[in-house]
This record gives sequence, C-alpha cells and structure tokens, in this order.
Amino acid sequence: MKVALTVNGEAREATIWPGESLLVMLRDRLGLPGSKNACEQGECGSCAVLLDGELVCSCLVLAAQAEGRAVVTVEGLAANGELHPVQRAFVEAGAVQCGFCTPGLVVAAADLLDSNATPTDDEIREALAGNLCRCTGYAKIIDAVKAAGTAAAGSP
Amino acid sequence: MDVLTPRTLDEALRYRAEYPNALPIQGGTDVMVDLNFDRARPETVINLNAVRELRSWRRDNGAVWLGAALTYTEAMESELAALVPALAEASRTVGSRPIRNRGTLGGNLGTASPAGDALPPLLIEEAEVALASVDGERTLPLSEFLLGPKKNALATDELILGVRLTPSAQPQTFMKVGPRNAMVIAICSVALVADRERDELRAAFGSAGPVASLVTAPLGERDAFATAVASAASPIDDVRGTAAYRRHALDVLVNRAIDRCLV
Ligand SMILES: Cc1cc2nc3c(=O)[nH]c(=O)nc-3n(C[C@H](O)[C@H](O)[C@H](O)COP(=O)(O)OP(=O)(O)OC[C@H]3O[C@@H](n4cnc5c(N)ncnc54)[C@H](O)[C@@H]3O)c2cc1C
Ligand code: FES
Ligand code: FES
Repeated sequence: MKVALTVNGEAREATIWPGESLLVMLRDRLGLPGSKNACEQGECGSCAVLLDGELVCSCLVLAAQAEGRAVVTVEGLAANGELHPVQRAFVEAGAVQCGFCTPGLVVAAADLLDSNATPTDDEIREALAGNLCRCTGYAKIIDAVKAAGTAAAGSP
Repeated sequence: MDVLTPRTLDEALRYRAEYPNALPIQGGTDVMVDLNFDRARPETVINLNAVRELRSWRRDNGAVWLGAALTYTEAMESELAALVPALAEASRTVGSRPIRNRGTLGGNLGTASPAGDALPPLLIEEAEVALASVDGERTLPLSEFLLGPKKNALATDELILGVRLTPSAQPQTFMKVGPRNAMVIAICSVALVADRERDELRAAFGSAGPVASLVTAPLGERDAFATAVASAASPIDDVRGTAAYRRHALDVLVNRAIDRCLV
C-alpha cells in the first residue's frame, strides 16, 4: 500500500508493507536512518519522532497511521545548516559516546524544552525516562539538556 | 495484510461486522509490539485513529464520559485530573512520555492485562464500559467487562466506545510498586478512595490476581482493610515478583493509601 505524509516539512510518499512500523518506513523506505531501531517495543526511545508535534516511539506507530500527518525526525531538527540548540549542547557537554541513543534523546529533549525551557533535574529525568543510554550514565545528558534550555531561554 | 482506516464510528462498526477477525489498533503501544515480533499476523487491521467519536472526554449530566481514544497524557491534564485524580496519578506512572502520548484507555481495556494501570482507578469510581456494534450499544460494569488475564467481554463485532463514571469527588490515590518510577509494569498496584459520603472504603488492586478487582468495606473497618484487600487478592509468582511479596506489598500500599486519603 501507499502512504503519503509530510516528513520534515516535505511531502513524501512511500510504498509499504501494511504491517510495518513508521520507524521501518522512515529508515528503509524514505532513507532517513537517523531514527534508530534498537528494541521495537517502546522500551528504549531511540526511535523517537514527533507525529503532528507529539513525541512518539516510531516503532509503535503503524506506518499506515501516519497517512496525511506530519512527522519530524532528528534529521529535521537542524535548520539552515545550523545545529538545533539541543544538538549543539549535546556536542559541547560531551553527552554522546557511541551515539546510538542520541537521536532519540535529542528529539525527546527538544520536545521537553519546547514546553518547558528551564526544566529541573527531576523534570528532565521524568521526560527522558523512556530513553535508554548504555554508555554515558546520563549525567552529561542532563547537563546538555539544561544548557540547551538556558541557551534557548536567552539567559547567559 | 490490509489496513482499513474508517473516518466515522459507523464506518468503523461496519468494518468490525464485516471483518470479525480484524484487529483494531488505536495507540498501537500493545498491538505494534505483537506485530513487530511476529506474534500477531492479522489479515486486517482497523486503524481507529481517524474516528473522532472515540476521542477526548466530556462532562455528561454530573457524570464524566471518557472516550476510548483518551490518552494517558490527556488524562493527566488538570481539568480531568481534578475530576478523576487517581486515574491521573496512574496515568503518570504509565511507560514514558511517548507511551503516554499514544497509549489509550480503550487500549488498556482492550488488552485487559491484570497489570493495566488505568483499571484500578476506574474500578474504585465504579466505571461502566460502553460497547457498540452495528446492532446497537450495551453498557456493563468494568468489573464484568474484565473476565481474566487478557480476556474481556468484547465481542468480535464490537468496539469499545469509552467509559462513564460519576466522580465521587472523594479523596483517592493510586500507588504502584516496581523497580523504577517509570517504564515498569506493576509488580502490584492499588487505587483507593475514602468515600465519606457513602461511608465506604473502596480499593482496587492490579497485578495481584487474574483481573484487577474491587474490594469495599465501611470506613469503620479501616484498621482491618489492608489485610482484607491483601487476602482478597490471588497473586502468583512470576518474573516480576512472588505471590508472597505481592500480598505483603498490597497490605503496605493500602495502609499508606488510607493514611494519605483519611487525614
Ligand atoms: C514501553 C511500554 C510501556 C508500557 N507501560 C505500561 C504501563 O506502565 N502501564 C500499563 O497499564 N500499560 C503499559 N503499557 C501497555 C500499553 O501502553 C497500554 O495497555 C495502553 O493503554 C494501550 O493502549 P493503545 O491505544 O496503545 O492500545 P493498542 O495497542 O492500539 O490496542 C490494544 C488492544 O486494545 C484493542 N483496542 C484498542 N482500542 C479499541 C477500541 N476502541 N475498541 C475495541 N478494541 C480496542 C486492540 O485491538 C488491542 O487488542 C506499556 C507499553 C509499552 C510498549
Ligand atoms: S526502537 Fe522504538 S523504543 Fe526502542
Ligand atoms: S551514547 Fe551509547 S547508548 Fe547512549
């Protein structure tokens, strides 16, 4: 079957197997491998995208459910060749080791900062509870999210 | 495999009658795991996302109507949280933000897991489940809808429309035991309301028997209530915990919940 949707602001169309997830469609049909496939059961958050502006695990959305809707992937966060503030903060804070979890964390953190620019540690931990990182121990990730929030809120 | 995306409830019910083996999907947080791991290969999937009639919630003559497509994120929003506080608390413990954005009440009822976190808060508020087919609607108490582990009273031609309850407006809470504060299936859980209006304690446990179930007692029996709830449960040993631990934890949770609600 065919699915037509908007991905990162562009109208796209894909021919899919009806039982596949949005994650598989993004990676294998639309050439967007930024969203990672690690668990396919909602446990790790590495496949996080925004669906009509809402944070979701793309592995748990049926591709056909994205028909007519707008998806933003990690590839869509950087604008005009400029890293998204969250991406820059992750690089600067050293919040990346192997990097496998990073796209999901970046999308989830961007989503958090969108509604709360200066989250507390607890708010960050709660918002990112569904994103697993097996390398960093999370401390630098939390530093990065705070730094990105402060930068976006316009404070020094 | 085929995906049908009805635009209206009528259309959805017609598909449901025409394809009795079809699998409805709403948030997909249970269904997609089965599809991804090849545990389910339905010939037809009915995608309910475009059916507006199932969405959201409303006040209804002193009662509250919660559409089957109500997400946990929506259940946590302040206006509804004020009406059904234990459900809001339970919703906050579900999975993670992306799971709460997609996962729905209807899906929790459809899956009918003994650990479904929406179920105990709905049981203490004596919610009724509304079901519909092309032949009409029927309503049954949630306690009668839940038949066993992953078994419910939904017929193959029916859809869950939502649940209706009359908020007790009495102090209530939800508690859940698990290894983390997020991303856990309950080892056991309790919702409790201290209903002064009706001189009654109502508690419902999850993950401590084949179905989430309700236990009640007069307020005067508060000292014996935790033991009563723990003995009403029929927990099993499984990968998440032992039966003995679950019974003990229920006792502790009920006492804490009473302390929280009866100040
Ligand atoms: C990582 C992760 C964490 C989770 N954590 C929790 C948790 O903490 N607590 C908890 O309770 N659950 C949890 N779940 C399970 C799941 O999120 C919930 O059961 C959720 O409520 C399912 O809703 P859904 O809309 O996604 O259901 P779906 O997957 O779309 O459907 C679930 C079932 O309900 C049926 N169904 C859905 N809507 C209807 C309808 N209107 N009429 C008839 N049948 C219908 C479907 O056919 C299917 O059988 C978790 C799942 C994941 C993947
Ligand atoms: S791949 Fe989707 S949550 Fe892990
Ligand atoms: S950096 Fe390796 S999993 Fe997070």
